[in-house]
Amino acid sequence: MFSNPDLQKLLFGRLTLDAVPLHEPILLITFVMVGIGGVAVLGALTYFRLWGILWRDWFTSVDHKKIGIMYIVLALVMLLRGFADALMMRAQQAMAFGPNEGYLPPHHYDQIFTAHGVIMIFFVAMPLVTGLMNFVVPLQIGARDVAFPFLNNFSFWMTVAGAVTVMASLFVGEFARTGWLAYPPLSGPAMSPGVGVDYYIWALQIAGIGTLLSGINLIATIVKMRAPGMTMMKMPVFTWTSLCTNILIVAAFPILTAVLALLSLDRYVGTHFFSNDLGGNPMMYVNLVWIWGHPEVYILILPAFGVFSEIVSTFSSKRLFGYASMVYATVVITILSYLVWLHHFFTMGSGASVNSFFGITTMIISIPTGAKIFNWLFTMYKGRIRFEVPMLWTIGFMVTFVIGGMTGVLLAVPPADFVLHNSLFLIAHFHNVIIGGVLFGMLAGITYWFPKAFGFKLDPFWGKMSFWFWLTGFWVAFMPLYVLGLMGVTRRVQHFDDPSLQIWFVIAAFGALLILCGIASFIITLVVSVIRRDQLRDTTGDPWGGRTLEWATSSPPPDYNFAFTPVIHDHDAWWDMKKRGYARPLQGFKPIHMPKNTAAGLILGVLSIIFAFAMIWYIWWLAAFSFAAIAVVAIGHTFNYNRDFYIPADEVVRTEAQRTALLAEHV
Amino acid sequence: MATQASAAMNFESGRSPSVAIKAVDPTDFYDAKGEHHPEGSTMLGFWLYLMSDCLIFAALFATYAVVGRNYAAGPSPKDLFDLPLVALNTSMLLFSSITYGFAMLEMEKGDLSRVQIWLAVTGLFGLAFVGLELYEFHHLIHEGATPQRSAFLSAFFTLVGTHGLHVSLGIVWLVTLMAQVHKRGLVPENKRRLLCLSMFWHFLDVIWIGVFTFVYLMGVLQ
Repeated sequence: MFSNPDLQKLLFGRLTLDAVPLHEPILLITFVMVGIGGVAVLGALTYFRLWGILWRDWFTSVDHKKIGIMYIVLALVMLLRGFADALMMRAQQAMAFGPNEGYLPPHHYDQIFTAHGVIMIFFVAMPLVTGLMNFVVPLQIGARDVAFPFLNNFSFWMTVAGAVTVMASLFVGEFARTGWLAYPPLSGPAMSPGVGVDYYIWALQIAGIGTLLSGINLIATIVKMRAPGMTMMKMPVFTWTSLCTNILIVAAFPILTAVLALLSLDRYVGTHFFSNDLGGNPMMYVNLVWIWGHPEVYILILPAFGVFSEIVSTFSSKRLFGYASMVYATVVITILSYLVWLHHFFTMGSGASVNSFFGITTMIISIPTGAKIFNWLFTMYKGRIRFEVPMLWTIGFMVTFVIGGMTGVLLAVPPADFVLHNSLFLIAHFHNVIIGGVLFGMLAGITYWFPKAFGFKLDPFWGKMSFWFWLTGFWVAFMPLYVLGLMGVTRRVQHFDDPSLQIWFVIAAFGALLILCGIASFIITLVVSVIRRDQLRDTTGDPWGGRTLEWATSSPPPDYNFAFTPVIHDHDAWWDMKKRGYARPLQGFKPIHMPKNTAAGLILGVLSIIFAFAMIWYIWWLAAFSFAAIAVVAIGHTFNYNRDFYIPADEVVRTEAQRTALLAEHV
Repeated sequence: MATQASAAMNFESGRSPSVAIKAVDPTDFYDAKGEHHPEGSTMLGFWLYLMSDCLIFAALFATYAVVGRNYAAGPSPKDLFDLPLVALNTSMLLFSSITYGFAMLEMEKGDLSRVQIWLAVTGLFGLAFVGLELYEFHHLIHEGATPQRSAFLSAFFTLVGTHGLHVSLGIVWLVTLMAQVHKRGLVPENKRRLLCLSMFWHFLDVIWIGVFTFVYLMGVLQ
């Protein structure tokens, strides 16, 4: 393109037209599909004149409810990408036997399993968890927003920026071929000289900033902004698990930031932290990354435990059995999650004593987790159980998660781990707990709180379809992997020679198709529910017979959540209010102090994408320019002192009068 | 059914029935007078941020502890470190913490111009610290002790450099705050921001004491 290669290098770094993978048919088709889909969405937004609404009410919003919903939308979109990767892997492994090489060359297959892991953990599970906490926690503690509303919006856009960076790797260049934790020396400059690992690093670093800040934000919110009367032991269990999760986020994510920074120094500057020569130590990376990585899995599962606790007591119409033991179990898991990281690499060879220590601490975690399972069972015992969709997810979780937990205890035995390390048994185990635990929990939570967010329930028929397809699909897809793992098949293999293994992979692929039906049913649920929203409408604000404070306000809640700050006497605060004759206040409203919207978070997110892209492709001038722009926007934002306003009292009166009328209509 | 459930609930919660029967006043359940104002969360939030930053340093210290003696047949701390220079450097940072303290005292008194003077002095000490550190780095690199030479030097430059980067960031923040104090005076927002920077600045001081002891003093002792 340029006759002068130096000039081209100066302007575009290592980015050339060859970086756009037009020669790969699979990517080309994806390209065209995304292009058509993108044009359709943009066209629809323009045609229906939605840009203004989107900008004012959503993108620049600092309302925790809207940010929470946007996180969940992001997660669901990324779920489709991550699941497409999963289907491609299942198809490849089901066919690539003997002479058949399958349809994915190793170069491509390796990118797919890396992208699948990275996307599912960082851009599906994390936004689901953060989104749900963002939406629910302030409502549960009777607050009007989070402690730092602008920071919340900024965190969201940083997460989006990370997701966009990962997606960009699909179309410009390539993604890492290292597995989702990018172990060196494979991820070092010698073995992975391309842009793949750099995409990985910058996507995670940018999203990590968002995650850390939202962690700080939610801790400060829970510690400082609870309604009067809500002592720590009167907090709803979901709020408790959120608190513990956010403490884990703040205590774990900096380690990931640090270790990825060291890896980037190895790659960009040529230092020797994780190299094989000049004193580097690759196992140090593995240690550090799992000091983050193990707490991370509890970051994901604890909020799911919280969701199940809320759902079990609501749909059993009973107080949660053993509230205090539930809280203590959560706290113990929080602490223990820091003392087990080495079980991810028993085979490193730390010796019998170290391995035994970490094996035993790992097994001990199953005790508080088991206590939780029994608490849920005892809550259901003699309860008036309503088998609505959220409750189905919960029961499906209990059955599935117990199996996953037990295979985890098997893996915690170091001698057994030497046999099972990096085998498909491990893959089956962690999908068993992440799908059966985190994903079921988040889908249960979405179904449970959906009416609160949008004012109508999700369609139960399609919700049940989704549940049954997911549940059976999970079992059919992953039980064969346990079997294969016990037979010695390792993970991340693109082609097999032994034809006797094939049947198991075919069964697993069929399971993946069942899960596909589950995802399709979930999308149909959303569409059908929007169409049938008038029949599914929740006029009361309390569609399930709820127990905690979020059900005290309308569905969807007004911007200010509660016209008056609630006063709490019990951890089932709303149940207590209902039973003791609470009357909704109808007068005496006052102006309400609220934060103002701002576009600064979105602008910083876009600039971060540009910065990441410039760093990945060595376009130094653009990197310097975008970094300076980030600094200017961030500092400029601090010169804005005019960040809040009052919702006038008559507007509150109007909003509350509307609700009064609605409640009267539907008595 | 409702009564049954309520009775069951009272039984389970162990609450004495007398409380449950108590006549309910509406204000039992909400703050009708609007008296409840959540206290400011900024200090807690900033503390949490500092602790997360502390963990980044913890990871870097741990890395230094693991590979800090992997010299790869290159220079060792004894060959490289110039303790008098580092001592001078340390004193710059310690003085800057003291002068920041003076700025905060003046802030309490509400003396705007003195706050600005002490902040400026703090910034100058900070600049001196960063300048001396850059001089040290330049000297080391000139001698061939580059970050690429050995894992020890990689870890050294990264740990010390990350601290230096933080101080530089602190100086940018300080200048920004001086402009904001100049523009708006000692309004509550600015006081809160000065307090946050104060915590940040002292925090970097504490980290430096760790660096000085663990990297420089113990390095030369070996």
